[in-house]
Amino acid sequence: MSDVLLETRNLVIKFGGVTAADNVSLKIHAGHNLAIIGPNGAGKTTFLNICTGWIKPSQGQVLFEGEDITPLPPRKIVQRGVARAFQIPQLFTEHTALENLLIAVSARDHLRNPLMDMHAIPERDEMLHLLDMVGCADAADTVVVELAEGQRKLIDVAVALALKPKLLLLDEPTSGVASSEKHAIMEILIGALKEADVTSVFVEHDMGIVDRYADEVAVWNSGDVQLRGTPAEILEHPDVIRDVIGEGV
Amino acid sequence: MTTTTEQSKVNARMKNPLFLLWIIGILAIAAVPFAMPSLQLLVSFAMAKGLGVLGVTVLLRAGQVSFGHALYFGISAYAGAFLMASMPGTDFVIVMIAGTLGAVLAGLLVGLFVVRYRGIFFGMLNLAFSMIFWSILEKFYHYTGGADGIRLPRPTVLGNTLDHVQFELVLFYTAMVLMVALGWFTTRWFASPIGQLFQTIKTNETRLEYLGVSPRRALLSGYLLSAALCGVGGVMMGMAQGVVTPEYVWWVRSAEMVFIAVLGGAGSVQGAFLGALIYEFVRTYASVYAGDIWQMILGGFLLIIILFAPGGLIAILNSLFNRGSGKGGTGK
Repeated sequence: MSDVLLETRNLVIKFGGVTAADNVSLKIHAGHNLAIIGPNGAGKTTFLNICTGWIKPSQGQVLFEGEDITPLPPRKIVQRGVARAFQIPQLFTEHTALENLLIAVSARDHLRNPLMDMHAIPERDEMLHLLDMVGCADAADTVVVELAEGQRKLIDVAVALALKPKLLLLDEPTSGVASSEKHAIMEILIGALKEADVTSVFVEHDMGIVDRYADEVAVWNSGDVQLRGTPAEILEHPDVIRDVIGEGV
Repeated sequence: MTTTTEQSKVNARMKNPLFLLWIIGILAIAAVPFAMPSLQLLVSFAMAKGLGVLGVTVLLRAGQVSFGHALYFGISAYAGAFLMASMPGTDFVIVMIAGTLGAVLAGLLVGLFVVRYRGIFFGMLNLAFSMIFWSILEKFYHYTGGADGIRLPRPTVLGNTLDHVQFELVLFYTAMVLMVALGWFTTRWFASPIGQLFQTIKTNETRLEYLGVSPRRALLSGYLLSAALCGVGGVMMGMAQGVVTPEYVWWVRSAEMVFIAVLGGAGSVQGAFLGALIYEFVRTYASVYAGDIWQMILGGFLLIIILFAPGGLIAILNSLFNRGSGKGGTGK
């Protein structure tokens, strides 16, 4: 088994009477695409929020490459190599797609020269290549607010990849996208992740996507990991069919 | 390759009618002391105020409105006045630097606190700090001169003692050079990576945090720039008027800066100066010819701008000049 990139130990968090993380212990190995599935309210997004420092667990630890990152704010965790793409793309809507990436790379490389034109930075070609990798080269000069949801999703991932992360956490990368486009988008995403050599964890509801693109699947229920295995093992498990996929689907 | 691209950019700019209009405008201002000497002081005031408005404009780019930025206008003027009072004969350049540093230092102290807040809380906290300073200026009469303020005697200029007319001329051209230089710098700063990071506060702080950047630190960088710009304007104004009073930090001054920024074109560098120039003219002549209703005239003027040209005066100019080429104008 490859190296452990991120590890959670006994994470606990409650929102009122709801236990969103109930003693979650999980290891994420480098080089894998791990899919997280489970019914709504199972705690999948909460898990991503804890791993990226957005919310703090009441108990437990998150370790990244062996370092305890539990108390760190999101920006410090990002600086260590954990990036995130969101269910609702988090972009700078008044900027173009290319500018979003240029801003990201400016943050990554700590570009602080007040007289340097952002459009003239040496990393511009690298960002144009990244846009090409996610299939959005045509959208480079289009203001984000004018783009379709599918393109925004891809650019959101490209922004995260611009940071050259070691681990990318994707929250429902194909939600809000037309069914006919889901596989095309995932094909592009997985291709980009491979080219960038990034380990990924993605929350997903579409079992077709999980079956095709995940190396491993973790099943969430009631705030904890109920099962873990290969897509073939998990998607045919009777508990998963009953609680997640649904009988007769 | 790069040189060719840069050259083509310069050529394109030179052919832009709006750019040529700015050049003509600056040349026209430069001619004021000789062509229309009666307007010299008014234009000096407008340029000094324009620098303060530019400070407010910087924050508008991040979607934040400060209702207390006259604080930095006043602090720099008082810093210059205190310096002159304690060390008579201090040079003009030293007074400028001391005033600006005073504003930046105050901007750092206040900024570290207010950058935690956004929107109305940000605006009102700035107002609160400016009013606290106003109270200090009013109440500590023995140090500040109270409502009467402090006189700011004429400093030497690079070691030379100038008469009234010569000094006003130096002030005028210094203000003009600073207007051009700081306007250019702010434009470049907006286009730079650090300026772009600052401006993303307006649209998505969550993503900014997930880029590994502290939104508070990003806002603080712009806040310090805005305080410095207000500081430069304030100390210029203090020397131009020869006296600084608590009225410099009074809330009406802060509101006036926001008013001018919106009038000129919220977020526009050129708009800050154009707005300040027109505001000073309207204010001066409306108060002469329209007595007590000049505020109503200004209010009506702003109402028309907001209703019919929300991009401000600069957007009107942009649309006029870009109509031929089919380009729109945002004033930015």
